[in-house]
Amino acid sequence: MELVLNKERVSIAVEADTTVLSMLRERGLMGTKEGCASGDCGACTVMVGSNNNGNIEYRTINACIALAGNLAGKHLVTIEDLESDDGLHPAQKAMVTCHGSQCGFCTPGFVMSLANLVEQGIVGTSTDTVSDQVKLGISGNLCRCTGYRPIVAAGIAALNSPAPPTVCHDVARRFLDITDTELSGKSYARPRNLAELDRLVGEHGRDCIVAGATDFGLNITQFWRRYSQLIDVMDVAEMRVLETAGSDMVIGAAVSYTDLEAWFAGRSPIFVKLLHRLGSRQIRNSGTLGGNIANASPIADTPPALMAWDARLLLRNSSGGEREVRLDAFYVDYRKTVLTEDEYIVAVLVPIASLAQFHRFYKHSKRLEDDISSVMGAFSFYGDASHIETARIAFGGMAAVPLRIPALEKLLTGQAVDELLITRVCGQLRNELTPLSDVRSSAQFRMDMAAEMLDRALREFAGTALPRVDDLEFDASGALGDG
Amino acid sequence: MDDITTSRPGVHESAVKHVTGRAQYIDDIPEWPDLLHVATGKADRAFAAILSMDLSAVRQSEGVIDVITTAEIPGDDDIGPVYKGDPLFARNEVQFHSQPLFAVAATSLRLARQACARAQIEYETFVPIVTIRQAMDAASFVLPEKSFVRGDAGVAISEAEFSLRGEQYVKGQEHFYLEGQVSLCVPDEDGGVLVYSSSQHPTEVQKLTASVLDMPMHKIQVEVRRMGGGFGGKESQAAALACTAALFALRTGRPVKYRMPRSDDMVQTGKRHDFWNRYHVGFNQRGEIQGVELDLAGMCGYSPDLSEGIVDRAMFHADNSYYYDSARITGYRCRTNTVSNTAFRGFGGPKGMIAAEAMLDDIATVLQIDPLDARKANLYQPGRNTTPYGQTIEQHVLPGLVDRLENSSDYRNRRRAIAQFNGSASHFKKGLALTPVKFGISFTAKHLNQAGSLVHIYADGSVQVNHGGTEMGQGLYTKMVVVAAQALGVHERRIKVTATRTDKVPNTSPTAASSGSDLNGMAVLDAAQQLVLRLNEFTAGHYGVPIAQVSILNDRVRVGDVTYPFEEIVKLAYLNRIHLSAAGFYKTPDIGFDFEHGTGRPFYYFANGAAASEVIVDTRTGEYRLSRVDILHDVGRSLNPAIDLGQIEGGFVQGMGWLTTEELSWDIDGRLLSNSPANYKIPTAYDVPEQFNIALYDEDNNEDTIYRSKAVGEPPLMLALSVWCALRDACASITDYKFRPAMNAPATSEEVYRCIQVARASMQ
Ligand SMILES: Cc1cc2nc3c(=O)[nH]c(=O)nc-3n(C[C@H](O)[C@H](O)[C@H](O)COP(=O)(O)OP(=O)(O)OC[C@H]3O[C@@H](n4cnc5c(N)ncnc54)[C@H](O)[C@@H]3O)c2cc1C
Ligand code: FES
Ligand code: FES
Repeated sequence: MELVLNKERVSIAVEADTTVLSMLRERGLMGTKEGCASGDCGACTVMVGSNNNGNIEYRTINACIALAGNLAGKHLVTIEDLESDDGLHPAQKAMVTCHGSQCGFCTPGFVMSLANLVEQGIVGTSTDTVSDQVKLGISGNLCRCTGYRPIVAAGIAALNSPAPPTVCHDVARRFLDITDTELSGKSYARPRNLAELDRLVGEHGRDCIVAGATDFGLNITQFWRRYSQLIDVMDVAEMRVLETAGSDMVIGAAVSYTDLEAWFAGRSPIFVKLLHRLGSRQIRNSGTLGGNIANASPIADTPPALMAWDARLLLRNSSGGEREVRLDAFYVDYRKTVLTEDEYIVAVLVPIASLAQFHRFYKHSKRLEDDISSVMGAFSFYGDASHIETARIAFGGMAAVPLRIPALEKLLTGQAVDELLITRVCGQLRNELTPLSDVRSSAQFRMDMAAEMLDRALREFAGTALPRVDDLEFDASGALGDG
Repeated sequence: MDDITTSRPGVHESAVKHVTGRAQYIDDIPEWPDLLHVATGKADRAFAAILSMDLSAVRQSEGVIDVITTAEIPGDDDIGPVYKGDPLFARNEVQFHSQPLFAVAATSLRLARQACARAQIEYETFVPIVTIRQAMDAASFVLPEKSFVRGDAGVAISEAEFSLRGEQYVKGQEHFYLEGQVSLCVPDEDGGVLVYSSSQHPTEVQKLTASVLDMPMHKIQVEVRRMGGGFGGKESQAAALACTAALFALRTGRPVKYRMPRSDDMVQTGKRHDFWNRYHVGFNQRGEIQGVELDLAGMCGYSPDLSEGIVDRAMFHADNSYYYDSARITGYRCRTNTVSNTAFRGFGGPKGMIAAEAMLDDIATVLQIDPLDARKANLYQPGRNTTPYGQTIEQHVLPGLVDRLENSSDYRNRRRAIAQFNGSASHFKKGLALTPVKFGISFTAKHLNQAGSLVHIYADGSVQVNHGGTEMGQGLYTKMVVVAAQALGVHERRIKVTATRTDKVPNTSPTAASSGSDLNGMAVLDAAQQLVLRLNEFTAGHYGVPIAQVSILNDRVRVGDVTYPFEEIVKLAYLNRIHLSAAGFYKTPDIGFDFEHGTGRPFYYFANGAAASEVIVDTRTGEYRLSRVDILHDVGRSLNPAIDLGQIEGGFVQGMGWLTTEELSWDIDGRLLSNSPANYKIPTAYDVPEQFNIALYDEDNNEDTIYRSKAVGEPPLMLALSVWCALRDACASITDYKFRPAMNAPATSEEVYRCIQVARASMQ
């Protein structure tokens, strides 16, 4: 495959399951580190530029779990290439002057995340928002030494430094034509449309599908599995749509979370907020809704939310046959779905009307940022507090699959929200679910949190504001601002 | 001498290399084509007899070059650092889940792992002991219990106006150094080995490698340029990797790398100990503690490792900053079928202190006074200045420091504002706590309080400094440049600190106990002073002036009224056959402890600090945020304020992780459940408050330490106790502070939620 690696256009032979990190380190580029090989620490952060209609857009990814084959036709920027003839990149310079490194092992990853913000030209209007941007940018970077304050300070300084460089873009522009090269390798296929994908799925099977690889990559790096053939769906045009069609919003299965953040910004701030707590910036740059849904984890964040929105899936098989399935009918059992062997998800269809309805998505996790849910609750109510017309209630982390709770929805339908109803429905919730105890949470606490979420959602529906801790904003004095 | 370099916030000597990716860690050393990679076969139960182990399929697996078990070890297979008990590979018995049973060297890590999976092992499984309570019930200990006793605490408590009891379970902590354990071994032509190790204790790696290989120490060279974090986790734990790789290197004649993937590192290396603490305290109306009985039981895992000293240090710090008129402090070292727990920043100290802090909050609750007043009433002060182990507190830093922080953090006004806020109907409640830290500086094992250095002045005037300390990010090398420059009177540009190597400075102590710059700084100073004296004597003789008229200052040599460039004098000295290299040495004076009677002066001095933390808790879920932190910390006269600040805030955040979101958990079969960063959560940038005010408390060390500075590595970690206390405070606010629920650590949202339920129940 061909790609631009830092300043050079190179041709590299990789296997289907070669990760970006192992490709780099095999080539002697040792600046990118492995801290965990599971996407959790960010020591391996690199920047990838891809051609978006003639515009090269740079995003950070976790090189440890990303697959090298996906880089064909792209510009990969690593820590080795940030320095220019003018000296250190502003992000590097700021990290030095702000004392942002101690042991230094996390540092290349942080520098890449900060440099990416600089390259994107993120500038905030006030220090507060810049600092928020910086924290979002480094949300997937762990540092065990510094306590982060100097790194955030470095980020702010870098973003405020005059004339941010555009080295990456300049290099990339020279190689723009690389995006016309053949993207597909023999064992790493990159179909561009559904017809190509159908053929490949027919030949190799659905299980060869990989999207953002944020779940898939762990098979390779944590479970040491090998794959001789993969089908990367990230270039399939029909799976990258993001549009409204009739009464639905059509979200292509291969749209990244980062793109969804932008799309939903004006449509559902509540969903954007959930996305900000889903993984990290790096994970969201790669990860997709299709992957989240197809992976069929009981603790995936988006399925409950999408169920509360009454979403449907557009499925397709290798012969081109398509069908729609309600998301709440998609999961059969622990990690089992209705997908047949050669069937895959093309898109998620969300009724536009759902967005206008009252909805709340609550996530409980041990750590607020970049953590997997212990409980995920999603609620959508239509009508008003004196008369609930329809209610949709879905949970993650409470059963073997993400699921709706029709019994509770029925209890609510046609009712007025009052103390009695809240007590009754939250009490009933405890009869409907039997969660497990595990490393993230005890069963009892899961149950209490699920009931609390339902209680909170109903009260908010009835007009009582009950912000959660991640709604709180602190002003510079540490005092509580309006949340 | 004029102060040209100390107390300047210079950047880390490797900063530019860090940010450009040029700083080399062991895994970054270019790989030889014949390099072998190591993986270990792991036991899949916690306590079992090994009935048979068939490795034939392992040996035949693709890419495998060599396989070793305990039978292949030529020397001593036990790598216990202080006491025996740590076999490199299990002998006949499995002692903890994932214990290494054998190791494979193969042409790639993947092939090595693949081979390991082919082992056929038969076990007879026993019921493991996996909790402290089980161990206490079964009297299962790795070492006997110890007590510090002063007066008759039992009588004092029974005669006191008030008394109370409490207990707490305080979980351990995974180090999560970003760079996992790693060692690279290269065989040499004499049958010895050059060992690159990510280790805080190169000498011990050298000693244990030699003893495993059954050869004298002089055949093993260990080099440590830098670690990607250590925090205590690479004090004893690095040795196993070096020993294994070295044995393979000797057997195969090829270079061998043993790097643990994170998933192995988390289950195979020791952590901070869990502790179960119980206290019984008597006090008077003023809140003054009259007697304390404290039982501290640490979960040591299957072997002693460093647990003797760790539980000792918990006992030494069970007073934190408070005077106990009479006390009985007992430490238990529980043996469990879990990985052997080890050093972690604070070395048991945090586990003793958290008992003291819980106790002080309880006292305040009984007396219905502000917890800060209870704390202030008990701070060591002249007249009430002897610790339970008989050491006198000589420098009283804390009373003044706490007062200053109380003012600068606006504690009293905020306390009032919080009371008002908490009286409102909001489902949020706020908590506030100001807690002190007093941390004893010195290894409690007296012999470790020594250090060596080697300083060369080359004929061109450039200087190379080497010492026994290791760089793990704490800025030791940077500080040593400062010390050498200051002592030699030359510019820092002249000085280069080189990788720590056992063939440059022998018989070194671990870089631990916060002692790195104290010990090595003095050793570097000693060498530099020898060189200055030699140079000055030579210069005086050469120019025929009294030595008093010669000095090196600001990078030039002054002779009477004339000054010469340093390099000119150096060149002259060389031509005149002056020895321009010196070995320095230091041993800490005035320390010693009688372990049999539990009294003495174990610590040369104490480092102090205090922190005020404010939290806001969602009482419906137990979720919370840290809204503001103010810290005032005593580093004596700082060698480098930027680096000290970094240690303080980094230590604080690490401590905060231990007390909030980092939760180790094992299942009943002894399997570690929190085995990956996906389920073990260290703080992110988001967890650090925007309002994070840190200041250094400017007061020289009373003792004659290196430029009157104080150690800073560990003490700030315990400042995070203020967060834990603030969370408890928020829970108590539900009862209008009439009742303070006992809280365990970490205070995850689940634990805080539990405490809120307990607080609510107390009102019914
Ligand atoms: C550090 C880290 C943090 C994370 N945090 C969160 C979190 O907070 N919340 C959360 O919900 N998840 C989290 N995840 C999980 C993961 O990021 C998400 O599930 C993500 O949406 C997966 O999408 P992907 O595109 O990366 O899927 P991939 O990893 O590429 O694929 C996942 C699976 O889905 C299949 N697949 C992908 N696309 C399709 C398709 N269109 N049709 C059929 N099958 C398909 C693949 O074959 C594969 O089996 C985290 C992961 C990591 C590593
Ligand atoms: S190595 Fe930790 S995220 Fe990639
Ligand atoms: S500097 Fe050590 S992990 Fe960040």
